[in-house]
Amino acid sequence: MDAKLQEIRELAQQVGHPVQLMEVCGTHTTAAFRVGLRSLLPESVKLLSGPGCPVCVTHDRFLEHALAIAAQPDTVVATFGDMLRVPGCSGSLESARARGAQIQVVYSPLDALQTAKQHPELRVIFLGIGFETTAPTTAGALVAAKAGVPNFFVLSAHKTMPAALRALLVSGEMKIDAFLMPGHVSVITGMHIYEFVAEEFKRPCVITGFEPNDLVAGIAQALRLIAAGRAVVDNQYQRAVSAEGNQKAQELINEVFEPCDTEWRGLGKIPGSGLAIRAAYAAHNAAHVFPAPTKDVPETSRGCRCGEVLRGAITPPQCPLFRNVCTPSTPHGACMVSGEGTCAAYYRYS
Amino acid sequence: MPSDEIILMSHGGGGRRTQQLLRDHVLPPLDNPILRQMDDAACLELAGVQLAFTTDSYVIRPLFFPGGDIGRLAVCGTVNDLAMQGAQPLYLTLGLILEEGLRVNDLDTIMQSAAAAAREAGVQIVAGDTKVVERGAGSGLFINTAGLGLRRSGVDTHIANARPGDVILITGTLGDHGVAVLSRREGLAFQTELVSDVAPLNGLTAALLDAVPGVHALRDPTRGGLAAALNDVAAAAHVGIRIEEKALPVRPDVRGACGLLGLEPLSVANEGKALVICAAADEERALAALRAHPLGHDACRIGAVLAAPAGKVLLHTRIGGERLVEMPLGDDLPRIC
Repeated sequence: MDAKLQEIRELAQQVGHPVQLMEVCGTHTTAAFRVGLRSLLPESVKLLSGPGCPVCVTHDRFLEHALAIAAQPDTVVATFGDMLRVPGCSGSLESARARGAQIQVVYSPLDALQTAKQHPELRVIFLGIGFETTAPTTAGALVAAKAGVPNFFVLSAHKTMPAALRALLVSGEMKIDAFLMPGHVSVITGMHIYEFVAEEFKRPCVITGFEPNDLVAGIAQALRLIAAGRAVVDNQYQRAVSAEGNQKAQELINEVFEPCDTEWRGLGKIPGSGLAIRAAYAAHNAAHVFPAPTKDVPETSRGCRCGEVLRGAITPPQCPLFRNVCTPSTPHGACMVSGEGTCAAYYRYS
Repeated sequence: MPSDEIILMSHGGGGRRTQQLLRDHVLPPLDNPILRQMDDAACLELAGVQLAFTTDSYVIRPLFFPGGDIGRLAVCGTVNDLAMQGAQPLYLTLGLILEEGLRVNDLDTIMQSAAAAAREAGVQIVAGDTKVVERGAGSGLFINTAGLGLRRSGVDTHIANARPGDVILITGTLGDHGVAVLSRREGLAFQTELVSDVAPLNGLTAALLDAVPGVHALRDPTRGGLAAALNDVAAAAHVGIRIEEKALPVRPDVRGACGLLGLEPLSVANEGKALVICAAADEERALAALRAHPLGHDACRIGAVLAAPAGKVLLHTRIGGERLVEMPLGDDLPRIC
């Protein structure tokens, strides 16, 4: 490991100017902090966190919709635990649970499907959050529900990564020299989805995993590509990621979902970046079955600068709320709640 | 807390939110010098006799888990709170809150298990209470135990006694209890041969204190795991703490399960481990005494106490980096990708 870190220092010198690498994914952000990698990188190499924490980019309007559903009788809202403490303007799912709403924390939509099978008298609504990693399992649960679990529904906030990357690059707000792309998303999607970043925007992309060795190898390769002026998509995670990805999972996503315009917290509405449930599965689409609340939901109130954090425009300590009033026990924004959130990672590890 | 605030599950997680709740709402009306010590057991002097006195409630779900059940846990937990004050636990009380519908067979098994743990620890359960609540008002069975122990003279293991230059030892692997219990939670069954480490530690601490009476501090890293225990020490003693990731004993299956569930082994509960802080000169004798006991077989040194940064716990990572170990918030949330 020492030799690899030394190589990074040499490559950084070779590049000769400060570089900013964006790790798109929250799992990378957290992994880099957890292994203490930031403290080992040369001054001139900065890691920027991107918009790849699914809970963090979920819009407040989605949470309000989920809370409205949770308030209905004979209804169970099933969610990944990360969503539980995210604060919305009418509270969080955690506080709704304490006030009597039935909120089930699950590790997979299939657990929620099981609850629906066991309790035909209840309506079970799974909150579909996440990128290409979690969307196939949600799709699988919907296929199973269509085959005979009428009381299972999904409220989808699933998103796809390429459109968000494009939005980020088009805005030109941030100087990003290269991207570290998430290994687990790429397992599903394959390498091709990043090609436009290299071809249109001339930024190298390195797909890498989450172990310390993967991260270090990914950073070294990104520096090598920058030094050589080569904008290509490189795969440092070949043990898991193939060029085509997991085609079965891709087919399942396409069978159940179709692209839609969707709102990202901090990034606004991005055309074609969401996954909406297709008409064939409308009977299980919670967005149809349970109308959204009509009240206006202001995006991120109280001075929270999550949006800029998600775009990599500021780091959490630059937000005036960070550590003062915004802490994991009193979060003002989703980035302080999720285990993958940039603010939570800065708070916990630095 | 604002006036419309209500209790959330994480207020009971043993982390930051629990601390806030105690500090703002529970302790102020009860304040006295003994309570203010805020250790796991109160140290009292009664007619010239040094006593340790404590209470704990057990609400674990499921009631039965690999390696134990709520009965064994309720005895061991209270015994260990006394043992961490360097006390010899003597007498326990046991209060049962039974939910309508609990199977009497299950109650029998749990009481047998509590009795066996009491024999193992050499304590007697000398008083108790039984209440029944309506179905839905409890999750089968809650237990409260209180315990009284006799403190060794000349021994003071309060966590505020940790001082710069001390070494930090742990008596065995981390996170076994929390992961074993999680492995049996409804909807989360995963295959593991892991069993909880729940055990009475008074035999182990007695052996340690026989060999090294001058141990500076003891703490059992239960709720909130090692991360919470070390943060408690750093705050109470106004010292810095640095631990070595490479040295932390974590079973591969615990590490694997934590990776899967998005948990940190550092903040997962233990019920049969002790954190031992002693002078560097005492390290070898302490380790030898611990390793000679069946419950301390895997004892090892994991870090050191520093003068600075006061109140903070640092982890020197496997790859040579450094990061903060935060006080866990409460119940850790499963991650989603």
